Amino acid sequence: MAGDEPTLVVEDLKTHFFTKLGVARAVNGVSFDVNKGEVLGLVGESGSGKSVTGFSIIGLVDPPGRVVDGKILFRGEDLVQADDDRMRSLRGRRIAMIFQDPMMTLNPVLRIDTQMIEAVRAHENVNAQVARERALEALVQVGIPSPHERLKAYPHQFSGGMRQRVAIAIALLHKPDLIVADEPTTALDVTIQGQILHEVQKLCRETGMSLIWITHDLSVVAGLADRICVMYAGKIVETGEISEVLDGSLHPYTRGLIGSVPSHNRRGQPLAQIPGMTPSLLNLPEGCSFHPRCPRADQDCLQDPDISAPARAGHQVRCVHPHLEAES
Amino acid sequence: MTAPMIELRHVSKRFVKTLDLAEKIVNLAGGGIREEVVHAVDRVDLHVDEGEVVGLVGESGCGKSTLGRVIAGIHAASDGEVLYRGGDVTGHTPEEAKEWGLNVQMIFQDPMSSLNPRMRVRDIVGEAPMVHGIVKPDDVDDYVDDLLLRVGLDPLFKRRYPHQFSGGQRQRIGIARALAVRPGFLVCDEAIAALDVSIQAQVINLFSELREDLNLTYLFISHDLGVVEHLSDRVVIMYLGRVVESAATEILFEEPNHPYTAALLAEVPRIENRGRTFNPVKGEIPSPIDPPSGCHFHPRCPHATDRCIAEQPVLREIAPGRLSACHLNDDG
Repeated sequence: MAGDEPTLVVEDLKTHFFTKLGVARAVNGVSFDVNKGEVLGLVGESGSGKSVTGFSIIGLVDPPGRVVDGKILFRGEDLVQADDDRMRSLRGRRIAMIFQDPMMTLNPVLRIDTQMIEAVRAHENVNAQVARERALEALVQVGIPSPHERLKAYPHQFSGGMRQRVAIAIALLHKPDLIVADEPTTALDVTIQGQILHEVQKLCRETGMSLIWITHDLSVVAGLADRICVMYAGKIVETGEISEVLDGSLHPYTRGLIGSVPSHNRRGQPLAQIPGMTPSLLNLPEGCSFHPRCPRADQDCLQDPDISAPARAGHQVRCVHPHLEAES
Repeated sequence: MTAPMIELRHVSKRFVKTLDLAEKIVNLAGGGIREEVVHAVDRVDLHVDEGEVVGLVGESGCGKSTLGRVIAGIHAASDGEVLYRGGDVTGHTPEEAKEWGLNVQMIFQDPMSSLNPRMRVRDIVGEAPMVHGIVKPDDVDDYVDDLLLRVGLDPLFKRRYPHQFSGGQRQRIGIARALAVRPGFLVCDEAIAALDVSIQAQVINLFSELREDLNLTYLFISHDLGVVEHLSDRVVIMYLGRVVESAATEILFEEPNHPYTAALLAEVPRIENRGRTFNPVKGEIPSPIDPPSGCHFHPRCPHATDRCIAEQPVLREIAPGRLSACHLNDDG
């Protein structure tokens, strides 16, 4: 894939919310890129800015929120500068989004075929018959049994897992270059989650589609993603290849997160816990936002650290005192 | 050997949607509309010994929450016996019923909908012990302070309302409320499912500490196998209202017997597994209104035979302390 331009390059993205109580810096200088056919895991806890990052890419940040700075280069084109018409023509066609709650995507009073045909014809000048064929194809692609009958059903007639498949099918209608998936399996059961991950993984491998998988669940990302970005309080604190980050995490927050996940090997032992809780975005601590909860914090942490690559190429961390000694 | 803390014998819980007037009239005219019956829990045997942590695992709609509610006395069983310390709860005297009610406490998934938004923390936590005469009205403040400290909250917060807390703190308030009546047995229904990972770890550790300090017994209901594996001594797997397997945690995770357990374990996302290929079990969870015949799992089971379609497998002991309900165990 060398020489290929990345599908998406995000540079120093800042999305702020101008509320009555002050400015919430939900995304505060985020940079990353996604290559063709790559799955990027964007991991963080509630309020870390991971979803707002996703919404910024697809241009769905509602007031009082606004992208105040930075670039979102989608195949070379800056989406921050794009006008509404341009975003409209890209959204759903070249970039699609899958939401946590599929009922956010589906209209409860319209049949699935109506919605899917509408979605096809919104971007392409084809007749209803062709659009219907495309809808059918997409439903088959995500593994919905008896798609002919299911096309005529209403969203409430589907189970949660099936609805999410329909939402994914709609995202796939135009074979987009990039899909932003915001916690799409969080509300699903384990076996159903497995099925969805299976379909998504297959699609990325077969079609060369890029995927940003936004989640709070490190263990899902561990199985799915090629690379991972860990976000905390609006910034990426660590990024790299999935194995590099999970096995040789450098940032104390990433370490804490990994230690918080119950693991097979440490059954019954107390879990490593991160003290305190996520700070309010309206009132972030000075310097490194994590320092009040960090076991390694000292005076130096009052300066905002830059993201740097102290260990290996491609593995970057935003910390004054990264866990370098535990390498080797 | 003392009687188990709680024992269920062939307990069923059915929810019936009764016919409304219009449907009854249609039926008079020969419409033949029948009542819809959901077999949420279908002849379940289960026991929890004193001091034991039992994990109850299953997917949505398998009846695990309903079962938890039957154990905590929130729902009455439709059939079967619920025994508390060896005595059938239907034959309880009022004193015994109160003892059961106080000793078995429940912690709910969503702390916001289980805490009264118009009550201050002091009243949420302090009301029950005062009503039941566990503390004198004058001592309630000190008592609440102790409880809040125990669950890791600052006693200064006790004049606040639930909406002023974060999710993790609210869950701690729910735990403090449950502990306030000095229970011996906590039924935790997805108690940490709604929390962030780092907060989850804090609450899991809190549960472990409380178990050590107060000698508590837990029934830990969850869909999250990782958490259950971490906390439980014994795991019970439910599928569509029935228990399909029960074994000591290590054994169950080491070598699952029932095909459903095996499928569940294969799907658990683990942080150790990188770039894996997902190979899920096929199909959906069937509706409990119209469950499949025979073994409920047969439409999704890779090993299903004709016998599985016709005959319901019995939950029986396949090794000491190990129960499984699968016909495959009969074939030798």
